[in-house]
Amino acid sequence: MFEGLSSRFEGILRKVRGKGRLGPEDVEEFVAEVRVALLEADVHLDVVQTLLDRIRGRAVGVEVAGALNPGQIVVKIVLEELTAVLGGETFRPAYASKPPTVVLLAGLQGSGKTTTAAKLARWYKGQGRNPMLIGADLERPAAVAQLRTLGERISVPVFSDSTDPVAVARAGLAEAVRLGRDVVICDTAGRLAIDEDLMAEVAEISATLQPHHTFLVVDAMTGQDAVTMAAAFHSRLGLDALIITKLDGDARGGAALSITEVVGRPIAFASTGETVEDFELFHPDRLAGRILGMGDVETLIEKAEETFAAEEAEAAAARMLAGTFTLDDFLEQLRALRKMGSISSIMGMVPGMASQVGDLDEAVDERRIDRIEGIINSMTPAERLDPDVIDGSRRARIAAGSGTQVGEINQLVKQFREMRKMMKQMGGRGPGRRKAGRAKKKGRGGRVTAAGPAPIDKKKGLSLPGLGMSPGDQGPSSGGLDLTGNWPPGPTGGR
Amino acid sequence: MGLRSRLGRARDAWSTHLAAVRVAGVVDDRTWEGLTNALLLADIGLPTTEALIDGVRHRVGAEGVDDIEGVLGLLKEEILDRLGGADRSLAVGGQPSVWLFVGVNGVGKTTTIGKLGWREASAGRSVVFAAGDTFRAAAADQLQVWADRAGATMVRGAEGADPSSVVFDAVEHAAARGADLVLADTAGRVHTRGNLMDELAKVRRVAGKGAGTVTETLLVIDSTTGQNGLIQAREFAAAADVTGIVLTKLDGSARGGIVVAVQEDLGIPVKLIGVGEGTDDLVEFDPADFVDALFSVDVPA
Repeated sequence: MFEGLSSRFEGILRKVRGKGRLGPEDVEEFVAEVRVALLEADVHLDVVQTLLDRIRGRAVGVEVAGALNPGQIVVKIVLEELTAVLGGETFRPAYASKPPTVVLLAGLQGSGKTTTAAKLARWYKGQGRNPMLIGADLERPAAVAQLRTLGERISVPVFSDSTDPVAVARAGLAEAVRLGRDVVICDTAGRLAIDEDLMAEVAEISATLQPHHTFLVVDAMTGQDAVTMAAAFHSRLGLDALIITKLDGDARGGAALSITEVVGRPIAFASTGETVEDFELFHPDRLAGRILGMGDVETLIEKAEETFAAEEAEAAAARMLAGTFTLDDFLEQLRALRKMGSISSIMGMVPGMASQVGDLDEAVDERRIDRIEGIINSMTPAERLDPDVIDGSRRARIAAGSGTQVGEINQLVKQFREMRKMMKQMGGRGPGRRKAGRAKKKGRGGRVTAAGPAPIDKKKGLSLPGLGMSPGDQGPSSGGLDLTGNWPPGPTGGR
Repeated sequence: MGLRSRLGRARDAWSTHLAAVRVAGVVDDRTWEGLTNALLLADIGLPTTEALIDGVRHRVGAEGVDDIEGVLGLLKEEILDRLGGADRSLAVGGQPSVWLFVGVNGVGKTTTIGKLGWREASAGRSVVFAAGDTFRAAAADQLQVWADRAGATMVRGAEGADPSSVVFDAVEHAAARGADLVLADTAGRVHTRGNLMDELAKVRRVAGKGAGTVTETLLVIDSTTGQNGLIQAREFAAAADVTGIVLTKLDGSARGGIVVAVQEDLGIPVKLIGVGEGTDDLVEFDPADFVDALFSVDVPA
């Protein structure tokens, strides 16, 4: 998400890097590039003007001061302005003192409300709550059936009947009280902001439910109309926050940024994939950093924590960045990554990966992971520890054991080495992280686990992007784990 | 009902820029800025907008146009020029013909099939729906409702079934019954998911493997889509050989300007537009109507 914006900013950074100071012409050149990037990212025209004015106002007349050169200062300004627009703080859903906490979802057709309702319910479950879903979309054929199926999948009760949306909402709320559910999430039909009748209807649902949170569900791919649409919903419903969907695509999501600027409401959650797990609290500060191509180590760590123990997560992340892991670790990583959600969404959080492996989404094929797992499972502990010992006869044995080809084993070992190298480079790249990139002795002694967790300095790791980069330090340009579908032909299909 | 009256609502920002241009009366830098902003707000995109404005400015100089209405006329011509000359008919020619519908999530593929199936059935064709979206919960149920409305036969598989085989079965079923047309639904997919795009390419191949012929692969694009629409069109065209665009939800306040760039850059024409919720609210795309509607703005008194 937002990768395009990131690479655009990286391009600008390269242009201005090395200059001792920025003249007004330099600033204008930078501003012109920012304008193109923001418009390409579907940031609303008026918001673009506002942003450019702010950036220009702060950038002109900047002198070399302290450790930052003017180019870096401009990047910092853009980062700060984007962060400011995105809300500057993380939205924290509050709970009603007298349950249930009522949540209303609204939005255009196809923005993803029904799927979001289920994801949100699952998220509340994860918070230790007992949510219930109300299916008040009686317009779209089978919308309630879809919600019921999703509800079953996440073991959350779904209430609906075929009366009318307002009555369903009212009865649903009563049912939630009766069942003692402490969170109620109401899905509604998609509607156009200019459809008076349907807007009046959703306003009536809102009046009936008296929701504690009203979320507008917004497709990340939305263009310039987003602001008009959101303003209309806001004036009728009084929005509390946005939920942005389909961030797993390559849409840059400028629409969401525009809505927050114009409507003045933060983005609460982001939906980053098709499975119910691909949903998380939105972190504006992190996203602003991500827009500038610096990755998102904190989200990576947080997701990992959800899946395994905290110390394990830190050790895993540290090993990953230190490049001191074995095929055993590698397999564990793969399994853990799988648990966390789609691999591509994880990889996008690693600093530098967003732009350098920009098309990773395209490259990832989950089926390949099955084969890799098979291969590693067919290795002896010694082989997993040090793939160098794998000779011809071992290869043949592993291939036979995993039902793969000898070539695939060579490929895996080669890619594992490259990935370890790449991770190590990345680990050693940021300021304050040099120490984490410790040299690994080619070890035969004992399984290599975290040689003591090398904690990531989150603050430093997330400081300004590109500041620690020397001209030659562009990070790995290639290599890494190739998870493309080019791996041996298998049956297609399956998500 | 003309598109103009349907698109007559909620043109606020666009109207403001155009109205400002018109009220100014003379052609100057503000004219170009106003027109540029209006085009950008219609999601036409910066490269196409700049090309359009440059073209009009050049012609204004060359042809000696000095009034606003003349400038607007030239701008319409420039846009029409980019939209013109395409075959927008829906091709038939198989026994049965297969029309495949593709696109990202939530653009309105299933609804489009429902409406189009109703239209084709009303025109006397026997229609089979292939419920190729086996991923989204209850997608087939949604299509079933439309099949019942349209009087179409429905072929569906289990949830999670291989979409290729569902579509293949539908085509075979249609061939055996001598049906004219198979409308094949597919799951929405984000075009960055390589494996899902491979899956789609396979559906496209398999759909034409048996008795049927795929005569149309229609990419459904939501008119609220911004600049990502061009990337979508490029990626889906690469995976599934797209023959046309269905631009949905044009009855809202979004203008769908990205289709200008799609046709210009990729040569893929818009064939149908969705302008409402009713079964008959899927109509032929008329470029002149579309452009007129874009510019149909009342100047405030």
